[in-house]
Amino acid sequence: MATDTTTDTPAAPAQTEVDLHDEEHLSHLQHHFVSSEQQFDSAKLGMWLFLITEVLLFSGMFVAYAVFRQWHPETFAAASQTLDWQLGGLNTVVLLASSFTIALAIHFIQKGEAMKSFWLQVGTIALAGVFLVVKYFEYTSKFEHGVFPGAMFDPHGVAHGVDYGALASYAYAPQFFSIYFVMTGIHGFHVVVGMILIGWIASRTYRGHFSSEYYTHIELSGLYWHLVDLVWIFLFPLLYLV
Amino acid sequence: MDAATKGAEVAHEEHHDEAHDQNYLQYEPGIWNWLTTKDHKKIGIMYAVSLALVFLVAGVLAIMVRTELVSQGETIMDADTYNQVFTMHGILMVFLFLVPSIPAILGNFVLPLQIGAKDVAFPRLNLASWYVYMIGAIMTCAALYFGGVDTGWTFYTPYSSSTGGGVIWMTSAIFVSGFASIFTGLNFIVTIHKMRAPGMTWNRLPLFVWGLYATSIVQVLATPVIGITMLLLILERTMGIGIFDPALGGDPVLFQHFFWFYSHPAVYIMILPAFGVLSELIATFSRQRIFGYRAIALSSVAIAMLGFLVWGHHMFVSGQSAISSIIFSLITYLIGIPSGIKVFNWVATMYRGSIWLQTPMLYALSFLFLFTIGGFTGIMVGVLAVDVHLHDTYYVVGHFHYVMMGGSVMALLGGMHYWWPKITGRMYNETLGKIAVFLIFVGFNATFFSQLVLGAKGMPRRYYDYVDRFEALHQISTYGSYVLALGLFIVLFYGVYSMFFGPKAPANPWAAATLEWTNVAALPDPHNFVRTPLVTRGPYDFHLADEVFGSGDGVGDGQAASLDVPEPAPAAPEPSEEAPQNA
Repeated sequence: MATDTTTDTPAAPAQTEVDLHDEEHLSHLQHHFVSSEQQFDSAKLGMWLFLITEVLLFSGMFVAYAVFRQWHPETFAAASQTLDWQLGGLNTVVLLASSFTIALAIHFIQKGEAMKSFWLQVGTIALAGVFLVVKYFEYTSKFEHGVFPGAMFDPHGVAHGVDYGALASYAYAPQFFSIYFVMTGIHGFHVVVGMILIGWIASRTYRGHFSSEYYTHIELSGLYWHLVDLVWIFLFPLLYLV
Repeated sequence: MDAATKGAEVAHEEHHDEAHDQNYLQYEPGIWNWLTTKDHKKIGIMYAVSLALVFLVAGVLAIMVRTELVSQGETIMDADTYNQVFTMHGILMVFLFLVPSIPAILGNFVLPLQIGAKDVAFPRLNLASWYVYMIGAIMTCAALYFGGVDTGWTFYTPYSSSTGGGVIWMTSAIFVSGFASIFTGLNFIVTIHKMRAPGMTWNRLPLFVWGLYATSIVQVLATPVIGITMLLLILERTMGIGIFDPALGGDPVLFQHFFWFYSHPAVYIMILPAFGVLSELIATFSRQRIFGYRAIALSSVAIAMLGFLVWGHHMFVSGQSAISSIIFSLITYLIGIPSGIKVFNWVATMYRGSIWLQTPMLYALSFLFLFTIGGFTGIMVGVLAVDVHLHDTYYVVGHFHYVMMGGSVMALLGGMHYWWPKITGRMYNETLGKIAVFLIFVGFNATFFSQLVLGAKGMPRRYYDYVDRFEALHQISTYGSYVLALGLFIVLFYGVYSMFFGPKAPANPWAAATLEWTNVAALPDPHNFVRTPLVTRGPYDFHLADEVFGSGDGVGDGQAASLDVPEPAPAAPEPSEEAPQNA
């Protein structure tokens, strides 16, 4: 535990100095905040607002999905069949597990056990990696059969009991796969960003930058990661199951 | 402008107390320090310079458009160039000027000062916002280099997904600069929630802060949608994903829904902070407590919310269902209510006030006049049957220029004059200021009222050429635009002049009652407040400062020398246990 706080009274925000050139600032406290609590609350509120923008970013795509599904339900049903629900389900489990590990990482840093937190962050990155590997195999098995987004859509062949060629007879099948690739692609991009983010905070955790007093970055990365997970929780049933 | 010496003295004393005589402009000078500054005031100025440049370019494009239309046939450019010129005028003005304008310049500079904070909540994010904006601006230049854009600022598919040129660059630029807007909005919401000085309750927030708060909500909620729309449009062009392009099985009306889901709320991103500025101007220059504080504050939030439910009124003729058109039309009428509440409250604030007709107040009065016309014409185009006639005519062009230029830009100009002494520490030339307002007001009305008439007579927008009977009105509009431009150039001239040669400004030249005037030095300290203020009254409680104001008879009325300024708020107790906390 890094304890460079000067007093041990509970952290009431008003007690820290309001004065400008205060020598006794906590090392992590930025000058324009009055207290660590204010700094932490601000960061957290900021993160929640950012997550709202993320939800709205994805909501645009969900609307596109809903519109085209409403117009062409039979195409969407048939195209959805060609996605492998078992791989999708596996990825769902993997992501849920990664949300669990990052939540535990926050739990342990709050208790001051930085190394446990570090290894759980590494575990989260590893699980994210598993997710991307599975996604890679899913993508390539589609590309092999000419299932590309949009204009290059040219389905052919049969694999694992899935008749890709039959897709050609459905009028709006390219739209389904456009939406599928765009949504999972942007989601995958968020997974990669999350891995970089957690990699960065993991290295900082390893170097002892965080403690039970100060773990804002871990908490915020956790929030972000839960959102990435949550988006997938919606993507999986909409694209693979229904 | 030697009024309010008292405020200057107070600020002066505070300064000497602290024995560090510095202001934010002297502090850490040099180009590198500016480019890496986290000071919200300097970032505001950096935005001001960039936006002034964009406004200049987009304004020159507007003059080119008007000059082309001064007579029939080809005047100074061919039809293709014309398409690109009006497109770039629209894109630059909307996405790169009006959306960031008031929040990024005045909001950045004034918001922390008004709530008694040392900075915004995330200073680095604030700086990042400027850089992201600049990247967007550079990509816009790239779009011009790679063949320009001639889609109109709305990028309607399928034309935008098939036409050549720099559409991808342009849409990417909008995608990128959207992040700048989100960063600013997010920053402001957190700042307003978490960074207020002790005693600065929600009911004591200056109305400019309320305006920025409502704006920020819209920025955060709407901008991601234009982001994904632009991204899908880029994918449509590069990979042919077939969401919007009917040739590939997509739906162009879906694009319009997506586009207006952002772009209608974006109108409120432009006008809500202008409402905020106006409340400051009217209260200060009427020397009167604002009438209906809560009504003004909450009507901003109401407009922000309702603004998300009316996007379909841009699409009455797009083929959307009649029932949705009717609903969108009804909700559009509702917007008139909170807007009307504001206008009535401002007028009521002036009633029996001591009105002081300085340049900022003249802009505020122009705003009231022009915005009211903009609002009423807005109701008219919101009427289903009328809109079918007026859709895509100059009437619509006139309407949104009355709102955007007559509303937003007038408020921005008024606000720039009002806060100019605080930003630069210098006074501008009041006489030239008044001449410029007059020219701008007259020029503006000549330019755009004639367009309302043109539109009602059937002149379609975006056309390169026109028939005989429109010529006279087009000429009035063009000559009006020259007067308008002259007025704006005068502002540019005396603005730049005053930065170097203007008389030094006192700390509170307008005898205003908000913190940035009462508790901040003439040129603010790098950390804004030498002592964090303790707020004990509302932002417009001039009457609570009776002892310094006298009983209020005849104060103001153009007699600058007789003005007393409200006292500064006391400093917050330093180690206090009971200091009120920001919830």
